Amino acid sequence: MSLTLDDIKRVANLACIETSETEATNALIHLSDIFNLIEQMQAVDTSSVNPMSHSQDLVQRLRDDMVTESDQRELFQSIAPKTDSGLYLVPKVLE
Amino acid sequence: MLNSTLQQLSTLIAEKKISSVELTNEFLSRVKAQNPVYNAFITVNEEMSLFQAHAADAMIASGQGQPLTGIPIAQKDIFCAKGWLTTCGSKMLSNFISPYDAGVIERFNTVGAVNIGKTNMDEFAMGSSNETSFYGPVRNPWDITTVPGGSSGGSACAVAARMAPAATGTDTGGSIRQPAALCGISGIKPTYGLVSRYGMIAFASSLDQGGPMAKSAEDLALMMNVMVGFDTRDSTSLQRPSEDYSRDLARPLQGLRIGLPKEYFVEGLNADVASAVESAIAEYRKLGAETVDVSLPNTKLSIPVYYVLAPAEASSNLSRFDGVRYGHRAPEYIGLNDMYQKSRAQGFGAEVKRRILIGTYVLSHGYYDAYYIQAQKLRRLIAQDFSEAFKRCDIIMGPTTPTTSFPLGEKSGNPVQMYLSDTYTIATNLAGLPGMSIPAGFGNHNRPVGLHIIGNYFAEAQMLNVAHQYQQVTDWHIRIPDALTDL
Repeated sequence: MSLTLDDIKRVANLACIETSETEATNALIHLSDIFNLIEQMQAVDTSSVNPMSHSQDLVQRLRDDMVTESDQRELFQSIAPKTDSGLYLVPKVLE
Repeated sequence: MLNSTLQQLSTLIAEKKISSVELTNEFLSRVKAQNPVYNAFITVNEEMSLFQAHAADAMIASGQGQPLTGIPIAQKDIFCAKGWLTTCGSKMLSNFISPYDAGVIERFNTVGAVNIGKTNMDEFAMGSSNETSFYGPVRNPWDITTVPGGSSGGSACAVAARMAPAATGTDTGGSIRQPAALCGISGIKPTYGLVSRYGMIAFASSLDQGGPMAKSAEDLALMMNVMVGFDTRDSTSLQRPSEDYSRDLARPLQGLRIGLPKEYFVEGLNADVASAVESAIAEYRKLGAETVDVSLPNTKLSIPVYYVLAPAEASSNLSRFDGVRYGHRAPEYIGLNDMYQKSRAQGFGAEVKRRILIGTYVLSHGYYDAYYIQAQKLRRLIAQDFSEAFKRCDIIMGPTTPTTSFPLGEKSGNPVQMYLSDTYTIATNLAGLPGMSIPAGFGNHNRPVGLHIIGNYFAEAQMLNVAHQYQQVTDWHIRIPDALTDL
């Protein structure tokens, strides 16, 4: 498999990272090296192996449906880039 | 005092020969004097440290002291600490004053330990040399022209340069063990699930695990006794009976079966590292252990597998940094999408962006099965290699790293070369096993070599025993860099 500049731009767009032409070109060089390394995986036949997503065989714990957090909105919003009247401000989405 | 072990400091404090305030002041002055050389700390906050020290002295005066009460501990800047700047080594969080404490920080606070400062690290723990930090590289106390390793490079350096008696680290692919090895200190990554990940800024959630870094195995045990414990706020935290990790330190090693994976002693391993590790193993034979040849046939796949799984998980975890509720927001933008794109482009460094791109790619439509699922299947084979090996031995040993510390800048332009630094450490994260590095002598240019000790699940007390017995008959762990002879 070989990556193209378009792949890099598509993925950067999916990841929401603005990428200049120069950055994309550099990323292509490094990512191609890394994918060459990753390609070693394809040599192994794993048709009979179950994927392992996690090292512990855990069942998701459930908790009682009770309020455990207190209201700390002011504290949390004190570190926000932009707030107004208890709301987080972002640019207008709908005109 | 600066050179004392946790155990010694603990006794001095308990016997009221020194107060926590005095001890804290001593380490704060040391940090102030030495940090400009090493850049091991991102944040030092004398006022908050001393506030904790006063509280610790009050705890001791009222008879409520515990082994780490009043002792300064350096905290990796990945752990959220309330009221402290918590950056994770990134511009993205360079303005983030944490509004809450991580589970690990809470546990240290409960026993009255003092936070002596937040240590430098590779950005979002992505790196093996501490060179990806937004706050600049850390220097290795053994040779300041070389890297301390990473990602917990600041923590390793702080302990090695005696700016803190112990520190916390986190390990996703070797980030505790590799810097411990390169800086000549001891560090352990516990079994996945033992140390709470709550408030530990996530990199790759199925691999991330916090753990201690200190001068000796005995000190690591004291740290483990504080750090390990169930936390309902971490969905993968394990609920187990509590353990005293110091309990087996004194046990003789007669009959211990040490597995030596043949794949760990082949090409790629530098001769100076190999020779130090072989001498360490010879020392273990003298202590009554026997060695067994074992095989971990899928070892060479662990790096490719890791560089699919870790970036995949990272790309998902790091999507939370959007410039809306906290963290960096671009000063100028046109519309919401542009705000996301610019904030993330400005807030993340090159290595973090690379990994987000890899992760996004391997999870994207059409590639998911070929990369992500294939990597998860190989992860199982890698984990099975260990369970086979542990049928024939009690503990596995090898080198922690293929080389000793390398010059700053040597690998920073070549990600693949950098990734190979973690050749021996990554597989234990994939399997969820505990891994440890202890000083085992020196390679060329007097640079420290680490001995890697891998245990079975929940074998930490045994691993600490194995390390401690070695540290009773060798003095590598108490050697200090020439530059520190003032101590």
